[in-house]
Amino acid sequence: MNALYTELQWLPRVPVEFAGRLKALENARGSVGRELQAVASYALDLNQLTKLGNALGKARLEGMSLDPLTPFRLAVLSNSTIDLVVPALVASAARHGLALEVIQASYDQVAQEALTPDSKVNGSNPDAVLLALDYRALPLKLSLGDAEASFATVQGSIGYLQALRTGIKTNSGAVCIFQSFPPPVETLFGSLDRALKGTMRSLVDSINCGLAEFVSDSGDVLLDVAALAETVGLANWHDTQLWNLARLSFSDELIPLYTDHVARTLAAIRGRSAKVLILDLDNTVWGGVIGDDGLDGIQVAQGDARGEAHLAVQRLALDLRQRGIVLAVSSKNTDEVARAPFEKHPEMLLRLDHIAVFQANWNDKATNIQAIANELSLGLESMVFLDDNPVERGLVRTLLPQVAVPELPEEPAYYARTLAAAGYFEAVAFATEDLKRAGFYQDNAKRASLQKQVGDVDAYLASLDMTITFQPFDATGRARIVQLINKSNQYNLTTRRYTDPEVAAAENDPKVFTLQVRLADIFGDNGMISVVVCRPAGDGVWEIDTWLMSCRVLGRKVEHMVLREVLAHAHAAGIHKLRGVYRPTERNKLVVDHYARLGFTKLGEESGLTRWELLVDCAQTESAPIKIFRVNERSLA
Amino acid sequence: MDETQIYARIEDIFEDVFDEASIKITPTLSAKDVNGWDSLTHIRLLLTIEKAFKMKFSTAEIGKLQNVGDLVSLIKARATTD
Repeated sequence: MNALYTELQWLPRVPVEFAGRLKALENARGSVGRELQAVASYALDLNQLTKLGNALGKARLEGMSLDPLTPFRLAVLSNSTIDLVVPALVASAARHGLALEVIQASYDQVAQEALTPDSKVNGSNPDAVLLALDYRALPLKLSLGDAEASFATVQGSIGYLQALRTGIKTNSGAVCIFQSFPPPVETLFGSLDRALKGTMRSLVDSINCGLAEFVSDSGDVLLDVAALAETVGLANWHDTQLWNLARLSFSDELIPLYTDHVARTLAAIRGRSAKVLILDLDNTVWGGVIGDDGLDGIQVAQGDARGEAHLAVQRLALDLRQRGIVLAVSSKNTDEVARAPFEKHPEMLLRLDHIAVFQANWNDKATNIQAIANELSLGLESMVFLDDNPVERGLVRTLLPQVAVPELPEEPAYYARTLAAAGYFEAVAFATEDLKRAGFYQDNAKRASLQKQVGDVDAYLASLDMTITFQPFDATGRARIVQLINKSNQYNLTTRRYTDPEVAAAENDPKVFTLQVRLADIFGDNGMISVVVCRPAGDGVWEIDTWLMSCRVLGRKVEHMVLREVLAHAHAAGIHKLRGVYRPTERNKLVVDHYARLGFTKLGEESGLTRWELLVDCAQTESAPIKIFRVNERSLA
Repeated sequence: MDETQIYARIEDIFEDVFDEASIKITPTLSAKDVNGWDSLTHIRLLLTIEKAFKMKFSTAEIGKLQNVGDLVSLIKARATTD
């Protein structure tokens, strides 16, 4: 089976603390709603969902407050066994912000429950009734090649469903949620089954079409279970052994997927769907890093496999915008650099006038997303944030848990599919006003002013369990060192380019101090992310010839740790003063204050170029929660 | 896989399925001894075991199971023939 769907891969993996957090809920004081929703937001399997659903039921029985979850009473009528589904459904609903109570009719009492005025279902005052029926519930009989009999069978089935609806509407007034019908796998003729009237496939096809029409006319809700089954494959969906053993309508492995789809439909009925898609740019909207690779270097072209993956993200964003979803951008970039592809790149589908708020700066993304929400006057729970970088995703999830942040796979070709699979923008109706909505938020790519920083970024950084590795240049690292020296534009103080032999010369010159820096964290190894070269410049002085860093690790205090390392080596080498220079280019505005932030004293300035110095023994350096690891160090006596 | 290993894994699975850490797993343990071991939890238990041990039981095999001892014998037989 396709793991994206069976394992709900847009959701974060279940942490080891899952069981402990569930237990802690039992003794919690005050409202448990928020924690229930947080625990529900992982990719839980059937057993985990069951435990969580039962925990929610228990909390309700004990009179605990489930705020801020929205109460929802759902009655379920089914011709199959749904006992395994119900607790999982309660847990999935918590994921979507609902405190769900399920009224379960007796097994296979569909018509009685719907048509009797004081039945369990009709008497329970439900907000909605889910008709969880499969094809076995319908009065189907084969009528091969007989158009008239086949039409009568289809009408009979639709009539039956309409009668159930009338009963429920009359007796309880609740919204009816109908399910489309996945056809059975087995064919009679083969491909002919689709074309020939009166075969099972043809009958079920026609009933699904008729049902869709009737539901859009009646104002009820359709849950497209047939599409879900097609998505994962009919042979995966139907498990005949499970039907025979326990009357399960579909495979147990797909229960988490099914219950998430029911839950997102209920959330949509309550108007709780997301309204805004916030896009990261580098390696999300295009391949590559605009600040380093430039307009010609980013991958966003038709005909290029990598480019097409990112174009698919843009296409989906544009289509969502067309149906009324507001688009915004949050990117760590210099504003004009980030806007350039939207204005000038011929292959870009997204243009600035598609974007309501455009936040490109070097602040943390949680603060920027809060600014976007304020600018649009929409709640954080209406926001979806798409970013390829797991550290940014983790930061936003930690500091702004209301924002939906899908996990993304390694392969960009599946970004668009993963976002669509998550179903954040589920809607149960489409009105012409939706078409105009994006326009309400004047799409002029405006910049929102930042408020104060949200939440504790330092605590989040500490939770990343970072390890920094310092090492002088060596032959093994040289290729990557040369690449970084020749490619880095943004976090690069001097933008001096060196060839492989020049780097080798520095490596072998005992008077030159070199440093290659790697960073690993809980999400994996970032590889080499920083390079420093210091050259002797007179008695007891080092001149920082090169200092560069990958923007991927920006905002993690790596530069402070690097400075501490340089100072330690300088001290050991009898150096008393470091000199630095900032040489401005079109792309390195990011580091104009680099030396000021690190406590260097400014010596002078000439046409944008600034010179700085730091006395080694007086330096006050900031520390960060990063473990240090040294390889092949020269003596640090 | 020997019986001790199978019992150890089954103990974890029981805890997961029944949400109860105190169930003592013995060969004679059966549905009547455990609170909540009804026919549907039984199905969930078997499905979890099938997934954990990467095997599928036939309907006939499932029908013959009387207690944990039977279940362990079945897993053991399957693990050696598969």
